[in-house]
Amino acid sequence: MRIDCKHVWEYISAYIDGEVDAELRAHIDKHLETCEICSAVLDSTRNVVVLVADGRVFELPAGFSQRLHERIDQELKAETG
Amino acid sequence: MNLSNPEFEAECIQRILAGEKQLFHELIRPCERSIFFLLLSLLGNETDAEDAAQETVIKVYLNLRLFRGESQFKTWVLSIARNEGLGRLRKVNSRREDSLDAETDETTGDYTPAILTSWREIPLEELERKELGEILRAAIDSLPAIYRNVVLLRDIEEMDVRETAQALRITEGAVKVRLHRARALLQKSLAPKLKGFVPKRKGLFGWGL
Ligand SMILES: [Zn+2]
Repeated sequence: MRIDCKHVWEYISAYIDGEVDAELRAHIDKHLETCEICSAVLDSTRNVVVLVADGRVFELPAGFSQRLHERIDQELKAETG
Repeated sequence: MNLSNPEFEAECIQRILAGEKQLFHELIRPCERSIFFLLLSLLGNETDAEDAAQETVIKVYLNLRLFRGESQFKTWVLSIARNEGLGRLRKVNSRREDSLDAETDETTGDYTPAILTSWREIPLEELERKELGEILRAAIDSLPAIYRNVVLLRDIEEMDVRETAQALRITEGAVKVRLHRARALLQKSLAPKLKGFVPKRKGLFGWGL
């Protein structure tokens, strides 16, 4: 089986997550060795996944947690009373 | 991060139901972030998301005895958050035009990635963290909602495929298809803007290899 670029793009997400089987992985790896374009697409997609996962990029609004727990306290008190 | 601990949760719930109500603070703490970001992805603004997050947490508390331990606690909590978010969206008669409940996914179809070999080759100076955050948020916000939710839970909150499927009430297959599609769209919109920003490599490229 020879795979082309479009084929590789189709499996990039699964490849990044380690969810392609060994045979397909070997085919993709082989393709990547010689295809500069697919290697770049893989790297940039992986960069996107890494950046998106960076907790510092997505921060809770200031005071969110404090306000939430105050609200919980209100509820707990209301229930008791 | 997904630091759930089923034994701690089960014990906590028992004790809360038996009267140690203050423990609810500790039970819900590990879920706060995910609740907020799931709601933000549904509602599109921080004020509404925070309001809905508070409502969600109160509903979790009031319905705690209904949790049966069949799914992870966090998954259960997120499905309550999702219902809260969807309920609000229906009320404001769908500000977003994409269908949140769409059961059919378009196939991954043909897509042409942004072809930018330079992104990995030229380590330019980092963008300001804040600027980077804005670019990423804008890109994720511009995704259709069905993709945005999946990215949020899988890639931002790092839940696994099964948990994501349970929280969103879709199949695991749909999670994978949507995730693939979403990442492809993000790669296409972000790669040209982030050219030169390379995440610090240490520990980041080890997985799946
Ligand atoms: Zn190729």
